[in-house]
Amino acid sequence: MNAAPPVSPVYRLPHPLPLDSGQVLEGCEIAYETYGTLAADKSNAVLVCHALTGDQYLASPHPITGKPGWWERMVGPGKPIDTDRHFVICANVIGSCMGSSGPASLAPDGVPYAMRFPVITIRDMVRGLVALLDGLGIARLHAVVGGSMGGMQALSLAANWPDRAARVLVIASTARHSAQNIAFHEVGRQAIMADPAWAEGNYYDALSKPDNGLAVARMAAHITYLSEAGLTEKFGRRLQDREAKGFNFDAEFQVESYLRYQGSGFTRRFDANSYLYITRAMDYFDIAEEHGGKLADAFAGTQARFCIVSFDTDWLYPTAESRHVVHALNAAGAKVSFVELSAPHGHDSFLLEHDQLDRVVKGFVE
Amino acid sequence: MTPPAASLRPDLAAIAAHVAPGSRVLDIGCGDGALMAVLESVSGCDARGMELDGALVERCVSRGLSVVQGDANLDLANYPDKAFDYAILSQTLQTATRPDLMLDELLRVGRRAFVSFPNFAHWRTRAALLVGGRMPVTRALPVSWYETENIHHVTVEDFRDLARLKGAKVERAWFFSNEKQIGAPAANWRAEFAVFELSR
Repeated sequence: MNAAPPVSPVYRLPHPLPLDSGQVLEGCEIAYETYGTLAADKSNAVLVCHALTGDQYLASPHPITGKPGWWERMVGPGKPIDTDRHFVICANVIGSCMGSSGPASLAPDGVPYAMRFPVITIRDMVRGLVALLDGLGIARLHAVVGGSMGGMQALSLAANWPDRAARVLVIASTARHSAQNIAFHEVGRQAIMADPAWAEGNYYDALSKPDNGLAVARMAAHITYLSEAGLTEKFGRRLQDREAKGFNFDAEFQVESYLRYQGSGFTRRFDANSYLYITRAMDYFDIAEEHGGKLADAFAGTQARFCIVSFDTDWLYPTAESRHVVHALNAAGAKVSFVELSAPHGHDSFLLEHDQLDRVVKGFVE
Repeated sequence: MTPPAASLRPDLAAIAAHVAPGSRVLDIGCGDGALMAVLESVSGCDARGMELDGALVERCVSRGLSVVQGDANLDLANYPDKAFDYAILSQTLQTATRPDLMLDELLRVGRRAFVSFPNFAHWRTRAALLVGGRMPVTRALPVSWYETENIHHVTVEDFRDLARLKGAKVERAWFFSNEKQIGAPAANWRAEFAVFELSR
């Protein structure tokens, strides 16, 4: 996969970006989209952070797939995050592949980084986003909002740059990756690395990319985004385009066909090496560990208002993880709201139609 | 959209009138946030809420209040000592698994506590049991015994005993019948609801 079409504006950091690993990223670039108008006093900025395979196309069509923005139902004129009132920013995280610096980007030697790209963390991604805010002259966000990995970034911003956001909205997320979370990611990474086309990450000039491995990684991950009941309701044991079992290994069941479609579609828009780097960053994520082992200490003295939302069928980042964050925020004396919403669709519920979520987001961000 | 204090339920209005302006307040079992909204907008308080019912929490959050969905029987333990000037427990004590332990928690997280509850010794309740021989279903306690959330009925005198047992001082008390405040004499007969302000 080559660099994404240069559709979004790109901010080139004026300084090397220091990383948690001790390395620095030279010539770091961050691609971003904005919606709405920045007020003269720059007080109305809302930063929306995207999830693992998301990007900056929050409320505008994706340049590769042509599909609507990934949260168009939440962000826009008159929507819960109202672009008539707020200046909404969404940036591609570093390590990704939609215009921000990542393994597919050219290193200073003119060759793609591939696996020479430094291993990054969620805090490194946020450090990049903070540099972008500096570049835009935004000292303090009206709100930072994120679901899933986006929620991790929102929490990281609140913990490490406590003055940069007045409101912190975290949806279907966690303050640490669990053993189970890491385990699923490792399955995905091994699927990519087991694909001969991966070639130790050096496939950018090759005829084939590790699409098969990346597709399997996406298929395995996609299962974790859905609930068992949701899968049953959507597919059951129904067969795909056939009346009877064929006694072969085609995609005989509808659920198999669906997963294969999800997997192959994903390879058209995502870089396998980026998938390795971003899942690794998520696996390293543990805010308490960054702050001496006690999560409450990460938020000591915070003046921000927090809102934490979980979904009852999300088994990837279950409600218990959100409660863990809420208890830490309570212990830190932070102003926090928390609600567990009911939804049939598991982790992905935060991206889907949900009136209660809309009201909570609107009420909190307003 | 500032709600007038006058629109509050009488026990909540009594509490709202006696919370010092600018205080830090935890409203446990905050419902739709009616009291919190008044405390924030009228008294300039920093109000936090806890509520078990997710639909009510959503209403609170969408009106801009800071409310955590949680179970007071379990989740009060996560707040530091004296984190609040006032801890408020309105019409919830009688639903607690262990009201005595909840009272301890209230007086731990708050410097002072307001507790309101329906008085099981009100004459209507007594009459229903004495004359009817049935578990009372009254204006103040409208739900049948088999579906009520009130699993620990309490009277004004029982509550005074519990406060004494816990070493809590009754700072003030208010009594209500028929939506109106009444005097303290014979409150254990006459009050449908009681509000106590405690300290320790």
